[in-house]
Amino acid sequence: MSTRDLACAAAALVIAGCAAGARMSDGARMTPNLGRPATQAEIATWDISVGPDGVGLPPGGGTAVKGAAVYEQKCQACHGAKGAGQPNDRLVGGQGTLASKTPVRTIGSYWPYATTVFDYVRRAMPYIQPQSLSNDEVYALTAYLLHLNGIIGEQDEINAQTLPKIAMPNRDNFIVVYPRRAP
Amino acid sequence: MDAVRRVFLKRSIALLAASGLISRRPPAADAAEGLDVPSWMKSPGSGFNDYGAPAKYESKVTRTFGRSQPGTTGSGAIRTPLEALEGTITPSGLHFERSHSGVPDIDPAKHRLLIHGMVKRPLVFTIDTLLRYPMVSRVHFIECAGNSQLLYQPTPPNLTAGQTHGLVSCSEWTGVPLRLLLEEAGADHTAPWILAEGADAAAMSRSVPMAKAMDDAILALFQNGERLRPENGYPVRLFLPGWEGNMSVKWLRRIKVVPAPIMTKDETSRYTDLQGDGKSLMFTYPMQVKSLITRPSHGITLPGPGVYQISGIAWSGEGTIRRVEITTDGGQSWDKAALDAPVLPRALTRFRLPWRWDGGAVVLKSRAVDDKGNVQPEREKFTAEHGNNAIFHCNAIQAWSVAPSGEVKHVYA
Repeated sequence: MSTRDLACAAAALVIAGCAAGARMSDGARMTPNLGRPATQAEIATWDISVGPDGVGLPPGGGTAVKGAAVYEQKCQACHGAKGAGQPNDRLVGGQGTLASKTPVRTIGSYWPYATTVFDYVRRAMPYIQPQSLSNDEVYALTAYLLHLNGIIGEQDEINAQTLPKIAMPNRDNFIVVYPRRAP
Repeated sequence: MDAVRRVFLKRSIALLAASGLISRRPPAADAAEGLDVPSWMKSPGSGFNDYGAPAKYESKVTRTFGRSQPGTTGSGAIRTPLEALEGTITPSGLHFERSHSGVPDIDPAKHRLLIHGMVKRPLVFTIDTLLRYPMVSRVHFIECAGNSQLLYQPTPPNLTAGQTHGLVSCSEWTGVPLRLLLEEAGADHTAPWILAEGADAAAMSRSVPMAKAMDDAILALFQNGERLRPENGYPVRLFLPGWEGNMSVKWLRRIKVVPAPIMTKDETSRYTDLQGDGKSLMFTYPMQVKSLITRPSHGITLPGPGVYQISGIAWSGEGTIRRVEITTDGGQSWDKAALDAPVLPRALTRFRLPWRWDGGAVVLKSRAVDDKGNVQPEREKFTAEHGNNAIFHCNAIQAWSVAPSGEVKHVYA
């Protein structure tokens, strides 16, 4: 058998191997690629997360004055007048209590990022009708809750530009333990 | 609350009697009845059934101590009755539940998983397509970060082992390594985080380090051989071995590759650990080494002096259980318990020790050590370090007292 014949036989073996299916040695990296491409419009519909840098905040805005009306209609039954709590979580007050025997954890006393208020209210509230509020309503509610906690003024506009700049009172009291620091 | 707890306790004790894990009848009672041929040997039994259920005599073995936010039915948790179970695999119907806005009724044909963000190719997957991917099976516990939180309280709770520690369960989980899908999407390997989001009414979401996502994260489709139960994330959930349960997002619908944590509600206002000095620990992911004697335990009454087997479970989110030690004299001496094989990483491990009870007052404790050298701390030391205000990540040693009457109670000792 000539060298050329050998080369042809080897090539035939390779082709036969491919035709028979992928080889075991490829197993670890072999995946079927069955995901279909997502369009930007689809992603925009689903992507409701808002980071502390404000990425993800939609157009629109609101103030505490507007938010008070939304709150009374949509939130007060569960969270009490002016966020005082009962029957569900208290949303206001508690600043200065975290090291006491009865810490009160609220947006004002505990939450480190104001953007989380927008993100959470938009995705999960009101409890019985989540994702039903308009972006303006969520902005206004966020403004109202920040105002009740003494963090912004009643007329301060909360929008995609102003919200990430809010400094929350408890921001510097979180110690990040992941990844674990060297001892 | 106390009244409610009493009801649960009463029910839980009835449950123990039903499960046969404690004998309520002295041996003499059996002797008086003799050994007749029972009626069920004198006619054929019942036929097959399509989907099996526990024996009707075990109907009192149920999840326990369910709690939901006021005005809601599915925003809270219900626990595994640990004292009524043996071995290490939790029956799927008794696996603990923790949900933030109820259990969604998801049609698997309509469910979609989106992977996007810092990826070359944003992709949408159906459940049918996920079922065609290479899978792995792993036995792992999952534990709610808030498990055992009552041990932070200054007085011991008057509750059973399951009511106090039953936010831990263990299953065989089968699914697709998340790494495979992130690679298909062309995820930016330098991106340090992903966001995982559920399709429940809370759209519950958590940020997860990319290192974990690329290491051992699974998109779980099966639990103990069958498709996930609805309350455990059907049709697909994220599963992060060893890490606080909240991060294993159920009903997974979206993964976004991101440059920094999103700081969702559940990684800031919840699942952070308020310390005694008012500072809070954040991103405390692995569940620490822990053990628990499940039998005897609070609510059980020993029928009299004699030989018993102490039985319990141990686990560590940081590795494999290396040993469990038991004291039957309140901490003066510690004996090494036997560990049932296989002892698997990040899985419940069953430990056992024979014990002769002389009928006196004693205090029983177990202490686990994992292969990273982590040692389960005494409660006193644990609360001295962390204070009483935290809710999450309590892995303190559990003490049970046995009174001369045989009554077993939760004590701080």
